[in-house]
Amino acid sequence: MYRTTDGEEIFIIDGHVHFWDGSKANVKNVHGQQFIDCFYAYHSNLSPKEYLWPKEKFDKYGAQAMYDDLFVTGYDDMAICQPTYLTDFYKNGFNTTESNYEMKQAHPERFIVNGAFDPRDGEAGLDYLDELSEKYKIKGVKLYTAEWRGDSKGYKLSDPSMLKYFERCEKLGIKNIHVHKGPTILPLNRDAFDVADVDDAATSFQNLNFIVEHCGLPRLDDFCWIATQETNVYGGLAVVLPFIHTRPEYFAHVISELLFWIGEDKILYGSDYGIWSPKWLIEKFMAFELPEAVSKETGVQLSLTAKKKILGLNAARLYDVDIEAQKKVLSGARQTVAA
Amino acid sequence: MSIMVAENETTEATIDRAAQVWARLQPVTDPELDESVTDLGFVTRVDVDDVGGVEIGFRLPTYWCAANFAFLMADDMRRAVGGLSWVTYVTVRLDEHMYADEINRGIGAGLSFKATFGDAANGELEEVRRIFLVKAFQRRQEALLTYLLGHGYEAAVLVRLRMAELAGLGGDAESRRLVERYQERRSVVGGHVDQAAHADHVAFVDSEGASLDAAGLPSYLRALRRVGVNAEFNGALCRGLLAARYGDGCAPQVESKPIHFVRSHGSDPNGVKQ
Repeated sequence: MYRTTDGEEIFIIDGHVHFWDGSKANVKNVHGQQFIDCFYAYHSNLSPKEYLWPKEKFDKYGAQAMYDDLFVTGYDDMAICQPTYLTDFYKNGFNTTESNYEMKQAHPERFIVNGAFDPRDGEAGLDYLDELSEKYKIKGVKLYTAEWRGDSKGYKLSDPSMLKYFERCEKLGIKNIHVHKGPTILPLNRDAFDVADVDDAATSFQNLNFIVEHCGLPRLDDFCWIATQETNVYGGLAVVLPFIHTRPEYFAHVISELLFWIGEDKILYGSDYGIWSPKWLIEKFMAFELPEAVSKETGVQLSLTAKKKILGLNAARLYDVDIEAQKKVLSGARQTVAA
Repeated sequence: MSIMVAENETTEATIDRAAQVWARLQPVTDPELDESVTDLGFVTRVDVDDVGGVEIGFRLPTYWCAANFAFLMADDMRRAVGGLSWVTYVTVRLDEHMYADEINRGIGAGLSFKATFGDAANGELEEVRRIFLVKAFQRRQEALLTYLLGHGYEAAVLVRLRMAELAGLGGDAESRRLVERYQERRSVVGGHVDQAAHADHVAFVDSEGASLDAAGLPSYLRALRRVGVNAEFNGALCRGLLAARYGDGCAPQVESKPIHFVRSHGSDPNGVKQ
């Protein structure tokens, strides 16, 4: 919970967190090592110095650090775990629904756990989706379209094999499809980050919500264009938001573009924890004001209302969270109230 | 492989040749960022041997950077340097990349993208190259038009301007730079024409080659703006990741304020012209 200087309480749902194991013991090959090293480069490039982690913590931070960073020192009230399996890179997978669910079991009031599927798994994948739905009552999935699987280096949402999966999602009430694009889809001569397939899927499946993580970066321009035309396409702020510290002027331009094209009702906060931590992200976001020159050019404002929507109200709507009821549940469990 | 020669008299010639190679690499761009590979710090070294062989050290911000762009840059570097009369062969050494072996081998053997990647590619790179050339065209056009409108030019005049008139506009150093950058990409749209016909072409057209409407110019530019914002954001991210991977100071320090990067240097920290 974040309290403004006026005492107003802002309920925060972190739309994108991970509980990963990138430790040496779990790494299967050079790709797994390069994957966690690349994450660490994002972390060290964009975090404030005082929030830099040693690599050992970053590789495997564990359940207690995660809980503390999100809810005790951090301002998150709830967090949505987005799995990234990467079973070709890590012995036990990098960040699976099963490992995420350990967090939820320990703190059921804090976590929403999403599942994942891979259309290349065929019928067995559909069975697995059924199993995830039954076991964990998932309301969303995270799709990492660049995941390697044997000789395959990724897939597209427009692949014919996706149809059955989306239909199954509709049937199971899994209505939130989080998509992370790129960068190794075959054939390699096509643009690996192209977001046009999201457009196709969103048009075909109007009952599903498509939350494009990182706002389609590095194709934010194309993503904005698609999102204006589809009522069921949302943007997740992970990777965009951390720019608020090192390069606030870049953040100002990008958030103003997002507000202009897709609007404040369709943007979701996500820390991408453990890459970045909610404490500094939320403090800086709440303190942030669009420079006048930028808002004059785009004609948009980043108002307190917009901030509240981005930080929690939009995700609450997608995940059927009754915020007032949830506040009561959490008040018993909360250890620290942020000032 | 022996790269540098030891004899003094040839060393001088080798240094001069290395400088020629660097000069040839400067105009090679990262297609997504529309910035020079040397300015970005992607080229780490140029080694020239005494029989005209050139080896170029090449690195990228992450292990995962898209293979097609990595290949495009390497191939463009090979072609640019291969144009020097004394060059006998060019190799590129891409470092720590998921497809480093394939790309290094393919470039060294002068193979096409498809031949390099075999079944992993079902065509060459023309389409993806064109997508990003059009984006570069749009971004440079938006920067130039916004600059000119801000300096008193009427929209009605600008939409009718011919290429020859654009070249003769004059103005300050910044406007000349923006004009040059735009001229470099103008032929992306409307096909190749001979120089004389080109001078008579309308300077500003949309990505389909259609002329612009003066009344609709602000909303047209508003829509184009996101292309530049995206490219500049990516540029900042790539620079940061490269620095995180290889250490600060690994790339030339470039003053890059958003929007200003193509519009003007310095002045307003918020990146919007007054």
